[in-house]
Amino acid sequence: MRPQNIKEMNKKTKKASRHTSQNEGLIFEKSSPGKRAFELPSLDVPATDPAKALGADHRRAGIEGFPEVSEIEVLRHFTRLSTWNYAIDLGMYPLGSCTMKYNPRVNEFVARLDGIATEHPYQPQELSQGCLKIMRLLEQCLLEMTGMDAITLQPAAGAHGEMTGLMLIRAYLEKQGNPRKRVLIPDSAHGTNPATAVIAGYEVENIKSESHAQIDVEKLRDLVTGDVAALMITNPSTLGIFEQRIPEIAEILHSKGALLYMDGANMNALTGVTRPGDLGVDVMHLNLHKTFSTPHGGGGPGAGPVAMKKILEPFRPVPILVEKEGGRLALEPVRPNSIGRVKAFSGNFGVLVRALAYILAYGPGVRQATEDAVLNANYIRKQLEGVYELPYSLPSMHEVVFSDAIQKKNGVNTMDIAKRLIDYGFHPYTTAFPLIVPGALMIEPTESESKEECDLFIDAMKAIAEEAATKPEIVKTAPHTTRVRRLDEVGAARKPVLRWKPAVPRSEAAD
Amino acid sequence: MRYLPKSPVERKEMLAAIGAKSIDQLFSGIPERFRLREALKIPGPYSEAEVIQYFKERAAENSDGYTSFLGAGVYNHLRSVVTDAIIQRGEFLTSYTPYQAEITQGTLQAIFEFQTLMCQLTGQEVANASVYDGSTAMTEAVLMSERLTGRQRVLVARSVHPEYREVLKTYAKNSGLRVEEIPFTARGTADAKALQAALKDDVAAVVVQSPNFFGVIESYPSLAELAHASGAMFVVVVTEGVSLGIVKPPAEADIVAMEGQSFGLPPSYGGPFAGVIASRDKFVRQMPGRLSGQTTDSEGQRGFVLTLATREQHIRREKATSNICTNQALCALTATVHLTLLGKEGLREMAEQNLSKAQFALSELLKIPGVRRTFDAPFFNEFTVEMPRSVKILNSQLLREKIIGPLALGTAYPELTKHALVCVTETTPRAEIERFAEALRRALERPI
Ligand SMILES: Cc1ncc(COP(=O)(O)O)c(C=O)c1O
Repeated sequence: MRPQNIKEMNKKTKKASRHTSQNEGLIFEKSSPGKRAFELPSLDVPATDPAKALGADHRRAGIEGFPEVSEIEVLRHFTRLSTWNYAIDLGMYPLGSCTMKYNPRVNEFVARLDGIATEHPYQPQELSQGCLKIMRLLEQCLLEMTGMDAITLQPAAGAHGEMTGLMLIRAYLEKQGNPRKRVLIPDSAHGTNPATAVIAGYEVENIKSESHAQIDVEKLRDLVTGDVAALMITNPSTLGIFEQRIPEIAEILHSKGALLYMDGANMNALTGVTRPGDLGVDVMHLNLHKTFSTPHGGGGPGAGPVAMKKILEPFRPVPILVEKEGGRLALEPVRPNSIGRVKAFSGNFGVLVRALAYILAYGPGVRQATEDAVLNANYIRKQLEGVYELPYSLPSMHEVVFSDAIQKKNGVNTMDIAKRLIDYGFHPYTTAFPLIVPGALMIEPTESESKEECDLFIDAMKAIAEEAATKPEIVKTAPHTTRVRRLDEVGAARKPVLRWKPAVPRSEAAD
Repeated sequence: MRYLPKSPVERKEMLAAIGAKSIDQLFSGIPERFRLREALKIPGPYSEAEVIQYFKERAAENSDGYTSFLGAGVYNHLRSVVTDAIIQRGEFLTSYTPYQAEITQGTLQAIFEFQTLMCQLTGQEVANASVYDGSTAMTEAVLMSERLTGRQRVLVARSVHPEYREVLKTYAKNSGLRVEEIPFTARGTADAKALQAALKDDVAAVVVQSPNFFGVIESYPSLAELAHASGAMFVVVVTEGVSLGIVKPPAEADIVAMEGQSFGLPPSYGGPFAGVIASRDKFVRQMPGRLSGQTTDSEGQRGFVLTLATREQHIRREKATSNICTNQALCALTATVHLTLLGKEGLREMAEQNLSKAQFALSELLKIPGVRRTFDAPFFNEFTVEMPRSVKILNSQLLREKIIGPLALGTAYPELTKHALVCVTETTPRAEIERFAEALRRALERPI
């Protein structure tokens, strides 16, 4: 448990220590006028007087409150903050739906090369052939893996890809004479699916999963009417279960002129094993920051390429990568039927570089990664089945979803178990998603975990189940070993403090 | 494979524990006829050395060794090696969105510091934890204005980045927004008279950029007054954040949409960058994207959490303020570290150097017979000049001297053919500015 004396020490002294509960204030609180951490080379042209060049109206005197600190203070500040984070580099990070796999360091190295990181999107294309070849090869690899006909690398993340995909569908249907009104979304879908459908101008119709968590194909037949534009399906579903009747689902949609969108967030279960294009999917996005190992970086950046069938190709967002005579590559900024531009410049290029580096490292052997990911999930499922309730018994792919039904009897819920897992040295799994499983524990180990790490995780989960049965208080008040304890989220939302403000001098405060 | 931590024996043990005969059995959920029988046709496997070799070869096919005078939304600035040392720490690089606050205080506090820096820079009261980029930030700002006003007409200055306007139009198509453009004056600023004429009580937002696409600094107060008189939101786009080191912040704006690329993010052929939305406290509940908020833990210690999540897709689904989930967190961290390193004086000095170098470049170019300044309004580190010949042809001549010339404006602005947008930053040495001017002079002396 957290030693009482450290807490007391923290109150008495501001000294930082190596311990995770060390003090470290905000950078603004360390600031003192005249300190600096960066010096510019001396100016080699005549200095311009800003007041003269800009005019008094535009001239800014200085930025109030901006930090003034030295280089060592900056380095220490952020290094100390970093020690409060959990990370893949520290251990298993089994966040379901997030595919927290190893982020190879060579990817970071190549993305920073001169001639890669230094390139300007408007430089002449004859001087950008290297960048364009990288994009081209990535396109080809992703098309081969998805079994689709055409692709755009423009979208910046999964949700952005979803939006692009639905806009493609809308443009295609408009061309047929009617964009239609509704998009069908299963109740197990990720929140970005319905949020995206609205941005693409569609009404959302939520559809209930059948009892064993597959799409109810018979019901779907009735639901797909002439005003349905598309079904957004996640495959494997957010329960980690393959949608077995997906070819039939595609047929139902196609027979009514609607299209099948696949959320490819879970492509780590399929890569090299099966291809969405072969299953009848019309358009899908990939999350390069999940399946293709580009780092999450505390929440981004990502990239969400969208792969599609031939019928959608004319509507792809600009710019479009094309091959000219002699193999010269070019980005074309205008296309008559394009949905337009979804982001400035040419995609999150630096993320694309990292994803290609990952693919090249594996080659066709990427199938082994898929197999190991599925092996790990099933191993964990087998060992924890019975210890935690398994609400759906269909075979798991890359992730397994349990519920807290057993522990609930002792007042311990999924969030408590997740927080207790922190004390055992793991990042929690995903809690409270998918919504169709009350008290979900969504566990995605990925292929990056050794048998040993999986075993440690299983031991921890079993120990917590034991605690939940015998001394639930310890679970309900976890975590006990972190820099901070459970935080007051209600208070944070009620009176939001969203930026630092300088302390009001005491004399003024008294006024 | 070096990334996979299992031996063949361990795989067998695990299969046995599961009770599966083969790995194929674990894929039994996938109908047999859809399972791939052949290996994927993709290159590899490559060793680490081969991966590096591949990308070095590609890098060599790009622009290494050229001096560039391009800006137009993507800028070259100095960055300290300290920034990469920090952002490459695994604890930052390989962490997820900080949903579990107790073990992501590092990321959460850094975001809180980012939000603070963005407020200080823009003169606003609240800033989010980032969106994809400046162009989607602008679009989100417009959508936010639509929610706040319940109106659907949007007036966007033509002096806003052309690609940003294109992105807005893409989103607008499906949302019922009507986007109209406001012309620019002979000085290169948004045309206040035209704006006044177009403004009615059905306008959700007036959008201007400053420094605008031509590098010209807009006068906010008068434009803001016009927008507010009609009950419209005044949205200011900033693509060159370094300008805020010496140029008055858009404090009159209701929403600022900023691109953070200039804060330590390399050009990287167009991304990843970091879009920022900053606004007024009273509008925070209509803001898109994540927010880190200060709170206390059960023992009274200061800590940070993601807050006001009831705006977001994972809680509100189809009623969310935006569909954004993954944002540009590591880019926002980069900006935070970079700006902290620069500090108050460093940012001011960097901005002043940009101004001085651009002024110097302009004076050098104006010495060339036939080269004229397009607009006479104050500018920061970019300016527009008119050439006596086609910019594209001149640029192809400059390329032979390893100079990437300024952006030709004719494609985006047909009325500005023969005009070029020149960008000079603190990274452009005087000698290169002089070499550029000299090369241009020679190119223009050559008979057509
Ligand atoms: C199933 C699913 N769909 C969509 C998304 C959204 O992707 P992104 O966060 O890249 O926008 C996620 C990611 O969290 C997801 O898990």
